Amino acid sequence: MDATFFIAAGIAVLATLRVITSYNIMHALLYLVVSLLAVAVVIYVYGAPFMAVLEIIIYAGAIMVLIIFFVMMLNLGLETSEHEKAWLRPRIWIIPGILCLILLGEMLFLIIQNRQPAGNIQVVEPKAVGMALFGPYIIAVELTGILLMAGIVGAYHLGRQQKKISHRFLENFEL
Amino acid sequence: MTNPWWIIGGVLFVLLNAAAGLIWLERRMLALWQDRYGPNRAGPFGILIVLADTLKLFFKEDWIPPFADKVVFVFAPAVVAASVLMSFVIVPFAPGIVVSDMNIGILFFLAMSSLGVYSIVLGGWASNNKYALLGAMRGASQMISYEVFMGLALMGVVVMSGSFNLSVIVEAQKNVWFIFPQLIGFVIFLIAGIAETHRLPFDIPEAESELVAGFHSEYSGMKFGMFFIGEYLGITLISAMVVVLYFGGWLGPSFLPPVIWFVIKTFAFIMLFILLRASMPRPRYDQLMEYGWKVLFPLSLLNLMVTAAIKLWLSTH
Repeated sequence: MDATFFIAAGIAVLATLRVITSYNIMHALLYLVVSLLAVAVVIYVYGAPFMAVLEIIIYAGAIMVLIIFFVMMLNLGLETSEHEKAWLRPRIWIIPGILCLILLGEMLFLIIQNRQPAGNIQVVEPKAVGMALFGPYIIAVELTGILLMAGIVGAYHLGRQQKKISHRFLENFEL
Repeated sequence: MTNPWWIIGGVLFVLLNAAAGLIWLERRMLALWQDRYGPNRAGPFGILIVLADTLKLFFKEDWIPPFADKVVFVFAPAVVAASVLMSFVIVPFAPGIVVSDMNIGILFFLAMSSLGVYSIVLGGWASNNKYALLGAMRGASQMISYEVFMGLALMGVVVMSGSFNLSVIVEAQKNVWFIFPQLIGFVIFLIAGIAETHRLPFDIPEAESELVAGFHSEYSGMKFGMFFIGEYLGITLISAMVVVLYFGGWLGPSFLPPVIWFVIKTFAFIMLFILLRASMPRPRYDQLMEYGWKVLFPLSLLNLMVTAAIKLWLSTH
């Protein structure tokens, strides 16, 4: 278990670093997909197979595809990656780097404070997740549903448009 | 059959050979249904055409366009074959013959098929060609939409069997195959499955009469071959899933061993896929999307709701 965890976690960290540092947006997005897959493996190793698969289906399989879909339509070529290269000079990394180091230090401190070996992992079956979601957390599920519904209605309203008549000869016809 | 490596090796061997054999089978069957002979010269019944085709693919110029994104261009064809082969991990061929009997079987299948979208999207984008890009955009929207109905249609089976585990689902069909109580779910799953493998009549991402060859316009040689093999593996996967979920998997009268029953049923659905290609016209892109969201989506929700309601009523009475 330890080896799989460390390998997956290492891949996740490396891939995430590449997300930030690569100049080509498409490559950055692909690294993000790799990072999400690695995180799914970590979740799986820690006894939550249901969450791991949902992570792949929803994040890697749906949301990232949609983002890549839109980036594809924007047709960003070599020019944008040159722009990125111009923006991301080494000097720019100093302050975010310091902030991240502080956070890392804090996290290391907390981990060392109450070091608990990640032994006795309990595997949470899909059924248990469902019972929890539709039992004690039912209000959260319903609220999420309402939020998504509002999003769909909004998208429909924004996307609605009159049918355009494509040719002057067709103007008299009901389309 | 306790050593998992034997099972993995056997499954890979059978699948890859089946995918190659399907190339010949499809060409022969299409020819038969169109009243001509098809490839019948090389070897018995022309079956060595597969070998000849493979040799041809290997010796073709393996061209990477200078305007393409090279790394992604090479990587894209591998994704489709890999994701489909990964899906076979959870397919139970017979009692005990399954690579991994996971409790999240169906979800794993959905996850892998959603990753398969990347091969079309990345292949089309990396080609840096407007026809390929159009094909990739169509492919992405088609596959994302049809995944939704596919998942919802499957949930009817999950409600009836009470598990995501495919072996448990097959066992739950001992008395009656799920095709009877889940007829609507089956039809939706089959349609979504055809759209997911982007086969005719839903081969809109490649649509050769309007988009050259869609997302794989720029591919040649064995990279094109990978897309091809991925497509045939996809057909086999969807057929196997239909059999497992709705046609009782390995179950059948006991004069034949369970594996044989599974293969026979899967083969019948592969033939259905080929027959569909021989007989159906391709719908327009907007018709496909409209049909999906306005017909299949409400139907699959209704199917799930009614199934759950009946199950609840039966469990309380």
